[in-house]
Amino acid sequence: METPKSKPARPAKTNRLGVELTLYKGGKSTLCAGCGHNAISERIVQAFFEMNIDPYQVIKLSGIGCSSKSPAYFLNASHGFNSVHGRMPSIATGALMAQHNLIGIGVSGDGDTASIGIGQFVHLMRRNVPLIYIIEDNGVYGLTKGQFSATADIGSKLKTGIVNEYPPIDTCSLAIELGATFVARSFSGDRKQLSAILKAAIAHKGTAMIDVISPCVTFNDHEGSTRSYSYVQEHEEYFDEVQFVPYFDDITVEYDPGTTIEVTLHDGSRVLLSKMPEDYRPDDRQKALKYLMEGKKRGELLTGIFFVDTDEKNLFDLLHLPDESLAHLPEDRLRPEPAALDEIMEELT
Amino acid sequence: MQEPQASTGTEHKQTGSGQHTNDFTIHVATVNGSGSQSANNTLLRAIFYMGIPVSGKNLFPSNIQGMPTWFTIRVNKDGYIARSENIDILVAVNAETAHEDVQAVRPGGLVIYDEPLKLDTLRDDLTFYPVPFKKLVTPIVPVAKLRKMVSNIIYVGVLAQLLGIDMQEVEKALHKQFKGKLKAVELNMNAAKVGFDYAQENFQQQKTFTLERMDKTAGKIIIDGNSAGALGSMFAGVSVVTWYPITPSTSVVEKLMHYMQKYRVDAKTGKSTYAILQAEDELAAIGMVIGAGWAGARAMTATSGPGISLMTEFIGLAYFAEVPAVLFDVQRVGPSTGMPTRTQQGDILACATLSHGDTRHILLLPSSPEEVFEMAGDAFDLAEQFQTPVFVMSDLDLGMNNWMADKFSYPDKPLNRGKVLSAEELEKFEDFGRYKDEDGDGIPYRTLPGTKHPKAPYFTRGSGHNIYAHYTEDPEEYSVIMQRLAKKLETARTAVPAPVIEEDENAQIGIIAYGTTHWAVQEMRDRLRAKGTPTSYLRLRAYPFSDEVKAFIARHERVYVIEQNRDGQMLALMRMEYPAEVIARLRSLTVYDGLPVSADTLTRKLEHMEQE
Ligand SMILES: Cc1ncc(C[n+]2csc(CCOP(=O)(O)OP(=O)(O)O)c2C)c(N)n1
Ligand code: SF4
Ligand SMILES: [Mg+2]
Repeated sequence: METPKSKPARPAKTNRLGVELTLYKGGKSTLCAGCGHNAISERIVQAFFEMNIDPYQVIKLSGIGCSSKSPAYFLNASHGFNSVHGRMPSIATGALMAQHNLIGIGVSGDGDTASIGIGQFVHLMRRNVPLIYIIEDNGVYGLTKGQFSATADIGSKLKTGIVNEYPPIDTCSLAIELGATFVARSFSGDRKQLSAILKAAIAHKGTAMIDVISPCVTFNDHEGSTRSYSYVQEHEEYFDEVQFVPYFDDITVEYDPGTTIEVTLHDGSRVLLSKMPEDYRPDDRQKALKYLMEGKKRGELLTGIFFVDTDEKNLFDLLHLPDESLAHLPEDRLRPEPAALDEIMEELT
Repeated sequence: MQEPQASTGTEHKQTGSGQHTNDFTIHVATVNGSGSQSANNTLLRAIFYMGIPVSGKNLFPSNIQGMPTWFTIRVNKDGYIARSENIDILVAVNAETAHEDVQAVRPGGLVIYDEPLKLDTLRDDLTFYPVPFKKLVTPIVPVAKLRKMVSNIIYVGVLAQLLGIDMQEVEKALHKQFKGKLKAVELNMNAAKVGFDYAQENFQQQKTFTLERMDKTAGKIIIDGNSAGALGSMFAGVSVVTWYPITPSTSVVEKLMHYMQKYRVDAKTGKSTYAILQAEDELAAIGMVIGAGWAGARAMTATSGPGISLMTEFIGLAYFAEVPAVLFDVQRVGPSTGMPTRTQQGDILACATLSHGDTRHILLLPSSPEEVFEMAGDAFDLAEQFQTPVFVMSDLDLGMNNWMADKFSYPDKPLNRGKVLSAEELEKFEDFGRYKDEDGDGIPYRTLPGTKHPKAPYFTRGSGHNIYAHYTEDPEEYSVIMQRLAKKLETARTAVPAPVIEEDENAQIGIIAYGTTHWAVQEMRDRLRAKGTPTSYLRLRAYPFSDEVKAFIARHERVYVIEQNRDGQMLALMRMEYPAEVIARLRSLTVYDGLPVSADTLTRKLEHMEQE
């Protein structure tokens, strides 16, 4: 009997679709080691893999910034578009209008969203474009080497000693106010919560806005910064603990209701929120805003899912798009018949 | 109570040169927002229905209501449709400008005016026709607030009587104007009749300016360039339209909405084969177009100068990342508000090189509604074929005025969707690279998102990339991309609409013009020829220039490049690529006052330059 020369290769890790994990991975990151953005990329890889999303059916979009570079570091098998500073929402809206059957994930920074891109952000939220919108929020401009962004807290200090004196924009409150249908906040270092929120966002069929506190280890991780690892870990207040239960036709999921509250998402999967403050349900905008305001007053950074609305129509419902994507309609459905032109010409005589 | 002052149409000294049959201009001076628009269009159409070539131009202020506005109608049996600077017949109903308006009329002209303005003493070389509009309209329009609107139709009736416009054609025009709303037609027709009868009873028949039926408009239509652009886009299969309103481009998309609702919605399912979205600004509008173009839809936006400025960064990205996009630039005057209701060809240089770094874009230069229609189709084909932004350079004159045009012909070519690879086709490529010049024409192959093949996905970026769409800052790899982009533009020279050349063997003078300038140029050339100065003419229809342009310049001693901007922007583009000996032959002849250009001005300027 011959002994095998080499050990048989371990079968590649695949998901229920039979797609290998490598297709969900991205290129090698060129961001600083320890950058919060890298941790978020890892969670995105995991969430899409575990949610069994065909990576060829995903588009990843971004603006400009260290954060906006990160789509190159996840989902290699997806088309990506690193566009211009602050304008990812428009690129995403256009691309998804052309192919509304694709799943869109957009990555932005706090500068990209809350300063130069605030206009597009606002209008994306009110249109409910089905898109996962992630703000990798470090309170600074990483790529331009450490200026304050509009999410920096009053009193936070730059490495150079400059102190921020302007009030921050709370993107979560703003999104809720604007009519966003899924609003959450997490922390790049919290694997469990971020994964659960990302999975819920994938199941949501409207704009899913996630503000992820993501420390910039190079320009904003020092004493005096309110977006540093140590600061966030000390001040983070779990607004709710999020568990995600995917929906599979052939599996019945058992769970213990206990103190959890359940929200059913578009595809039938559920998010379970526990440790809820009293009777909190994420279906009331006013209440969500109130909690966010109160948390802010106490100096706490609330994390969790603040608001979800699965009933609101999304942009594509409103546009009455057909089942097929506009990009793939054949010529005979795009160009009206000669009789149509004759009729129009007759009207103009 | 004062009796309507019966007038005989006090004949003063006639200094005009005899009879003008089917050859004169009517200048209507009214107040913006007073309903003059429908009266003027009715007048235009009624003359058109008599088979006589006619053109109309609205010279209006940037204002919704209450400011002076002029509408000039040119009737010309020979088919000249450029603006004429002459005013033969004035309709003066705006008190504010009436005195000045009367001074501008050619000796021997006619003035129909609102009686209380008492204009008849201003000049003794014109014939005056006072019309008591208010008194005439009151009994026929019981609702006071409608009176102002309807009152304008009265001058249509007066003119019909004085000039010989068939009242049946007026009625037909009213049906068209009010889209068959019978009540409105009836009300307005009544007003027209009141005007007609009043003129018949009170004015002496004049014989200087008359209309006689012809057959020169049979089979033609009346349409504005923006509607033509909308139709061209619909028949080109546009499916994503995003925009931010700006005069004079707004009606491109408004007309599109109208037609798409009718012709691009599935009657059975109620589903649309398009998406039209009003964006929050032009940055977003062009971003959505680029996103949609990248994902494989035919996408467009329509804007004007200020919007173009906002789109600058994105256009550079689309050029460099090679994403199709179609833009209609309906040009107006100046930055900020500028003169938003005035026309110019002022964005040529900006659009040809829009954005930072080395960028060069394809411009299409329509001169008529027929051409806007055709070029809309060309624009979508070229954008997808060359994977780049394409600009349709219309202007306010073309876009917003009503033009006589031939019926549009149904596109004779299938849509050209360019080099897009499916998963099966990708299989055949050994070594696929998104930005590789496979065919030697500078045009790479692209894949659309959603294509299920390991070779399909790529990362689109504005930053440095190599032929495989990988990030690079390598000087060599970057240069390869830049050189291929330049080559792509060279290929485009042969694919864009060719210039139209009318060569005269005896001509020493060559003329180059484009867009709406064409009509005044043709008229000027006829005048010059009649005076013994023949000219050759090349009408540009696109940028980059095809090789014929250089050859044409080389064949002529002097070439006038005529355009509606101050700095000779098209000439500047020629200067960027032609050698000094070619450039030395060029003369810049420009008109940039915001009004549609006239043959009078062009002829005067060219003759003056010839003497120098
Ligand atoms: C129009 C424009 N203005 C300025 C810049 C320079 N710029 C690049 S990234 C950036 C800020 C990025 O900050 P953020 O979005 O917070 O991303 P981070 O790097 O912190 O992840 C700026 C100002 C640019 N690329 N484009
Ligand atoms: S500079 Fe900051 S944000 Fe940018 S990669 Fe480094 S750590 Fe991340
Ligand atoms: Mg930042």
